[in-house]
Parts: sequence; C-alpha cells; structure tokens
Amino acid sequence: MDVLLLSRLQFAAATFFHFIFVPLTLGLSLLLAIMETKYVRTGDETYRQMARFWGKIFLVNFAVGVVTGITLEFQFGTNWARYSKYVGDVFGSLLAIEASVAFFLESTFIAVWAFGWKRLSPKAHAVSIWLVALASNISAYWILTANAWMQNPVGYVIRGGRAELANFWDIISQSFAIHEIVHTLSAAYILSGFFVAAISGYYLLKKQHMDLFKRSFAIGISMALIFSLVEVVQGHINGSEVAKYQPTKLAAMESFWETRDHAPQYLFIIPDEKNERNKIELGKLPSMLSMLAYHNPAATVKGLKDFPKDERPPVTITFGAFRLMIGLGFLFPVIAFWGWIKRKTIEEHPRFLKILLYILPLPYLAIAAGWTVAEVGRQPWVVYGLVKTKDAVSIIDKTQVMISLAGLVLLYSVIGLIAAYLIVKFIKQGPESTTT
Amino acid sequence: MLNNIWFILWGVLWAVYFVLDGFDLGIGSLMPFVAKSEEEKRIAYYAMGPFWNGNEVWLITAGGVTFAAFPTAYAVLFSSFYAPLMIILFALIIRGVSLEFRERSNDPSWKKLWDIGTFVGSFVPALLFGVAFANIFQGIPIDENGVFKGSLLTLLNPYALLGGLLFLILFLYHGALWLAVKTGDEFQERSFKVAKLLWIPLAVVAVGFLIATWFKTNLYYNYLMKPLFYAVPAVIIPVAVLGGLFGSIFYLQKRKKWQAWGCSALTIAGVTMFGVIGLYPDLLPSSINPKYSLTVFNASSSPLTLKIMLGVVLVFIPVVIAYQFWTYRMFSHTVNKENLAYEESY
Repeated sequence: MDVLLLSRLQFAAATFFHFIFVPLTLGLSLLLAIMETKYVRTGDETYRQMARFWGKIFLVNFAVGVVTGITLEFQFGTNWARYSKYVGDVFGSLLAIEASVAFFLESTFIAVWAFGWKRLSPKAHAVSIWLVALASNISAYWILTANAWMQNPVGYVIRGGRAELANFWDIISQSFAIHEIVHTLSAAYILSGFFVAAISGYYLLKKQHMDLFKRSFAIGISMALIFSLVEVVQGHINGSEVAKYQPTKLAAMESFWETRDHAPQYLFIIPDEKNERNKIELGKLPSMLSMLAYHNPAATVKGLKDFPKDERPPVTITFGAFRLMIGLGFLFPVIAFWGWIKRKTIEEHPRFLKILLYILPLPYLAIAAGWTVAEVGRQPWVVYGLVKTKDAVSIIDKTQVMISLAGLVLLYSVIGLIAAYLIVKFIKQGPESTTT
Repeated sequence: MLNNIWFILWGVLWAVYFVLDGFDLGIGSLMPFVAKSEEEKRIAYYAMGPFWNGNEVWLITAGGVTFAAFPTAYAVLFSSFYAPLMIILFALIIRGVSLEFRERSNDPSWKKLWDIGTFVGSFVPALLFGVAFANIFQGIPIDENGVFKGSLLTLLNPYALLGGLLFLILFLYHGALWLAVKTGDEFQERSFKVAKLLWIPLAVVAVGFLIATWFKTNLYYNYLMKPLFYAVPAVIIPVAVLGGLFGSIFYLQKRKKWQAWGCSALTIAGVTMFGVIGLYPDLLPSSINPKYSLTVFNASSSPLTLKIMLGVVLVFIPVVIAYQFWTYRMFSHTVNKENLAYEESY
C-alpha cells in the first residue's frame, strides 16, 4: 500500500466514523429543543423528564461526534497537502467560516445547557438547546457546501497555478449544494426520528413510563415520516442534479455501460466491471433511466464506455451502495407511515415495536451507503473534473501514515464501543423520577 | 496590507487558543498531583467542565484560519508536522472523551481510566504545541516545493524540546492559577502553593528559552534590524512577558486570584506573539534555503478570499468573545465541597 491508498483509507475511516454520530446530533438536538419548549409552554413535568432522558444519550453521542470531527479539518493539511495548496483559497474559507460562525456557538452552548440545568431558568435553558440545534445545523450547511464544491466546483478561476475564489455567492448558493444539504439533513432527521421511536418502543414493550415514551414515540415517528417523504421526492431531484453535473457518477450508480437513448433501467443487475458489461440484467423498465435522469423518455444517457477508463469510478461499489440506499429510502416512509397511523395505540402493537428496534441500524446503513455513492462515485476526482485524488495527496513518509491509520482505527473502535456501551446503559437506566 | 493584518490575526488566534485551552491542558496535567480524593478530582474537573469545549474550538478556528488565509503554509506546516500533529489530535480526542465520559461513569475503575486519559490527553498536547512552535520559530528543512526533508527526530531537536518544556510549565502554572480562581478553602490554598512552586522553574526555563532563541533562531534579528517598524511590539511584548511573569507572582503572594491568572495569560500571549512577530514576514522559515521560506506573501490566499474572511472574522469573532465571556461569568462562582452536587450537569 502506498501513501495515497493509506491516506484514502484513513480519511474514509475518519469521516465514516464521524458520520455515525453526526446525524443523531443534528436531529436529536432539534427534538430536545422541541421537548424543552413544550415544557416551558405547558409546565408539564413529563417533558422535562423526557428532555433529561434523551439529553443524557445526546451528550454521549455529541461528544464522540465532536472529538472525531477535529481530525478531519487537520487531515486536509497532513495527508492532502497538495489538495490544500491547490484549492485552499476556495475551500479553506468554508471550513474557517464553519468554525467561527457555527462550531463556537454549538460548543459553548452545549456546555451551558449541560451544566445549566439548575443554574438557568427553564426558558434560558430551552434557548441554549435551541442554539445548539441551530448551530449544529448551520455547521452542517458549511461543511456540506464545502463538499458540494468538491462534487461540482463553481465560482473559481485558475490563476497562478491554483484555483482561486472568483464568486463566493456562487459557491454558497449553488443548487448542487442546496440539494446536498436538504438530502443530508433529511437523512439525519429520519435517523433521529427512528432512533427516538425505536428506543421509546423498547420501554413501551416493557410497559414502563408509558406516558413519557408514548409522547416520545409520537414525536420521533412524526419526524421520521415527514422527512422520509421529503427524502423520496428530493432524492429524485438529487438524481437529476447528479445526471446534470456528474455524468460518470450517474453511469456508475446505474452500472450503465452503453450510451443510448430511451435508456432502460433494470430491477436487478450484477455488474461485470472487468468486461465492461453487466453479467445479469433482469426486470427491464423501458426508458426509465432516461425518464428519471432527464424527465424525457427519449433522452440519451451516456454510458461508462464513453468515458476514458481512467476517469471512471469503481462501478460495483457505487452501484451496490446506490441500490442499497434507494431500497432503504423507499422502505422508511412505509414503516414510518404505519407507525404514525398507529401512534395513539402503539403499545398494542408489540411486534411492530420489536421490528422497529431491530431495524434501527438501517438508517445508519442508508446514510453510510449514501456517502459511499457520493464519495466513491466521485473518484478518480477529489474535485470533480478539476483535481484527481492521486494528485492531491501529500508527499510524506509512508510509515507514519501506516502508524496513524492503525492508531486511528484502534482509537476510534475503542471510543465507539465505549460510547455504544454508555448509550445502552443510559437507555436501560431509564428516566429519573420526577422529584429531581 | 491585507496580508499583514491576516498575519497579526493568525498569531492572535493561536495566542488566544493557548491562553484559553492552556489552563485546561494545565489542569489535566496537574490533576494526579493536586487532586487526591474523588471529591477533589470532581472539583478540579468541574473547574474546567463548562469551558474546555468552547476553548478547544479556538484551535479549530486557528487551524481553519491558517487554511483559509495561508493555504500553502497550512499544507506545508501540517504535512511536515505529520507525526506530532497526529499525536496531538489523538491526545485531544482522548482528553475530550475522558472529560465527557468520566462525568457519566460511576464505577471507580472506569473513573481511573478516564483520569489517565485526561492526564495523557492534556500533558502530551501541552508539550507538543511547544515543540511545534519552537520548530516554526527556528525553521524546518523544506525544499522549494514545500516538501519536508527531515524526520520526526529533526523536529525533536534540543531547542524544540526546550520550547515544549516552556509551554508545558506555562500551562501547568496557568492551570494551577485557574484552579485557585475556581476553587475555595484548602484546595485553593494548595493551588496557590503549586503555582508558587512552579514559578521558579518557569522563570528559569523562560529565560533559558529566550537566550537559546538568540542562538537558534532569527527572531531577534527582525527586532534589531528594523527598530522603527518594530518599536511598538518591541515595547509591548517584553512588558507582557515580563510584566505577566512578575505580576503573577506578585498577585499570587497577595492571593489576588483573578489578577494572578490574568498575568499568566499575558505571559502566554506575550511569548506566542514574541515568536510570531519575530518571524515576520515568514510564516515558516526554511532551514535549507531562506528562499524556500513560506511568507505572508507567497503562502497567502487571494485578496478576495482574505477580504471575505476578514469580514467574517471581524463580525463573528467579537460575537464569539461576547457569548464566551457571558459563559465565563455565568460559571464564575467558586466550586467547593458544599456546592459540588448542585453544580454537576447530571
């Protein structure tokens, strides 16, 4: 393995691990803010108990999200120095703005919130969690805008041997970024909604704290339903965006080899990357791909063979991850809808609650698959059409990258296991009695 | 002009980070020596509990601003310092989870593990930040393409290690004074004593470092060669460093905790700015050939990026300072055995 592959593995490990925790932070912070607002409005002690129960879980999850975020910013310098040099003029400012505008707010007020249960008035306490929720979502906006620029670079000129900023507004308002943000935030809210609903179900199955968890369930399942519907519609638009801006990614997502009009879609495909074809294609839907990508059944879709070999992403991984994400994306609204309909009497449906608990890993899987499509599907480019990943890596000694990769995987695994242990522990501990 | 403003801002952001997170790192490193019982440990943890997270963001911002304003310097610096930077980051991760998770553990053996994590995760960055900055002050072997031609051992030279020692003692001293600020009674008295004990080593290492700097770096050259240009910093910085150093021991004797802590903050900021301003116009000198050095001009972003970022920083950093100041006031009360249970988050 060379520095390039090791650095890619390290970045992948660091980002994927980071993003196990981030979605729940984004969604649960909002749910906590809603719960505390309800407490302030109604004075109903159950809402306070609710916020304290979910808050404990939130803090563990939040902490891991924060500490694993630190390495990411610095890895652009350590492992991707040539990338940073070449596009830093455009890319660096987005990260710096994220830190000064959002991350400060988030990190300062999470402490105010955590340490302020007794020191702040309920109103001020609710305001502090609203600030955390707002800041973490703003934070996501800037980071995803930076990623969107790597997917579809705009607003720059090549000057003096590097990419320089030409139009800042174009970068932060481009449609690709807005779609990426809506898509990613919706996914985070789906995950958070299912998380709260599933854990609530655990208590409803045990028939404990029924009132508290029935309300939690209703809030969670509503969030999951709303955003899984948003995601289905928006995901479709997102696909057209990819077709427009990243034709190689689209072809890889569909394992589509030959350019043609009236491009069909197949329900089942086994790609054969080596021979540039599909081993098996079953369930033909005529003109479907042309329709989905360009809203025109006659539209021509460019196949992988019409792109130079060294500009094609790994097809099997991109294709497989895409299918997984799509499949789960259609499953979620069905489950959420059923749960939402039955939310008033949900304790009478133990089988549903059990299933919900067992499928909790699925939204996590869907998000990981989505990022795989986005990042692997962008290869061999690190900035689509502008810089190749192999030209972005630092010129550094290989041994230290091997050691840091091993260290990172080990450290993150230990932290992940302990965090999971603590979250399960707090779930099992249950809510505190109302007297506190 | 824009580049020069950014150079000053760059230095100031790092200085603010060292002043703020310096006391957290100091407390973490002092913990095994000053806090014995579980109760005392909890007091020490609480002394930084509501603050450390917000303090650490100054590092993210300093790093982000380096990236935004001086992308070439960011790329060369961080890839050259690969090993020490990764160790710092891993240590800060360990510190972060230790601080967060300890509060949520009841089992003594888990707590012991988190205590070790806090110590290692604080001690290692305190030392390595000093090593890194001393290396920046004296320059590192980078070629014309900004590729680092040394190894980890190049970075662990005597002068750099002296810099590491200086930062470590500065942070220990700073942390001891923060413990004096936040605690009461006997714990406060002990913190003052620890700080007093640290003062002489601090003064010796600081003077030693300033002398070694004469021989190992070009920092003084700038101050001496362009006396008019450097008139203002040449007055302010020694006043900050020496005033802070002597001021803190003066107030410490009088048991004026906030003033003593403020003076040690001044020392940290002064030492950082002494080095940064002495570097000008370099950001990272090359020890192979001065022509390869990264400067405020050849390593910077375009004027447009610098302008936009200046706008962002001038609007948002004062806002950040305002709400962080509010947080410090909100949690400015002393922590002692009586109110400990009341203060804790959960």
